[in-house]
Amino acid sequence: MPQYPQYQLKAYRPRMSAYWYLDQWHYLRYALRESSSFFVAWFCVVTLVQIAALSAGPTHYAHFQALMKYPAMIVINVVALGFFLLHAFTWFNLVPRVVVRQVLGKPTPNILSSAPNFMVWFGASVIVALFILGVF
Amino acid sequence: MPETIILEVERFHPERDTEPSYQSFEVPLRADWMVLDALNHIKDQLDGTLAFRWSCRMGICGSCGMTVNGVPKLTCETMLMDYAPGPVRVGPLAHFPVIKDLVVELDDFLAKLQKVRPWIVRKDDYQPKREFIQSPAQLEAFHQFSLCINCTLCYAACPVSGLDANFLGPAAIALAHRYNLDSRDQASDDRLDIVSQHEGIWDCTVVGECTTVCPKGVDPSLAIQQFKLTATQEWFKSFLMPRGKN
Repeated sequence: MPQYPQYQLKAYRPRMSAYWYLDQWHYLRYALRESSSFFVAWFCVVTLVQIAALSAGPTHYAHFQALMKYPAMIVINVVALGFFLLHAFTWFNLVPRVVVRQVLGKPTPNILSSAPNFMVWFGASVIVALFILGVF
Repeated sequence: MPETIILEVERFHPERDTEPSYQSFEVPLRADWMVLDALNHIKDQLDGTLAFRWSCRMGICGSCGMTVNGVPKLTCETMLMDYAPGPVRVGPLAHFPVIKDLVVELDDFLAKLQKVRPWIVRKDDYQPKREFIQSPAQLEAFHQFSLCINCTLCYAACPVSGLDANFLGPAAIALAHRYNLDSRDQASDDRLDIVSQHEGIWDCTVVGECTTVCPKGVDPSLAIQQFKLTATQEWFKSFLMPRGKN
């Protein structure tokens, strides 16, 4: 009896491109959302440096303010603010994905889960703005 | 309106090719044709060697999932007219090994599916004398997840599935959630242990495309996030009350 070798499947196994997130807009949007965390970290570091300068005395704080006035620093912070807003919006919009949304056994719309987060964010921003404007 | 449209179909012959290439076919552009009809036209009239899967032609069996212009679709419910004037690029589902042309290997997916035990598991010796009564609310809890037809479009849309071959994946986790929410089932702890591993729910980074491409309106992303919440709650419970669970 001849011995036939068992058929070996030779499937093609595709590999993902290193630039897969450029293939479709929704993947790019996801990549931007994830990379926005870097800019959140950037603002945290800037705030820590600001607090350190403030506690070190007026001279140090004047140096910090001068550093923040460099055009390059302003550009970086404007870009970082854009990513920070993207991060906050997408983060709050994810809340309905996690919370089981039911009132009296009936499912509720997504907006009811995310809206309170936006309201608290807006309220906190108004309080900070009033402090900066010297109202308090 | 043009009378024909060009279909660029991905071709791969396992005994001849080292990697896939595209072949163009000119097919009639008919208002009532789906992409699957165009593929059947190619197979019947132009090139009988073209390989692809299909069965029910009404979005039930989940066999005809392919990538149409870069997006995972059931080709039986994807209108050809929506891509006029063309060309339309049709390829196999992404992230799966390609057996031939548009046919992908599903062994790995089926093994993952089996791992979560997507069936009702009873641990007692319950001998039903009549049907198990469920309230509409109990049915509603898992109904949307029970609509999954295993078409694997969610795996093709999920970049995590492509980057990490060990990721359990959206459909398997959604079906695990479906049975965990079922009042007749008693294996929710076992399934939670399986999906809570690193290659399970914690691999998911909430891209959300699994939900977007699902042709049956299932929300696997929601299932995964709810599993994360449950797993975290269980971890805290076991941390605070280590002897609370047998």
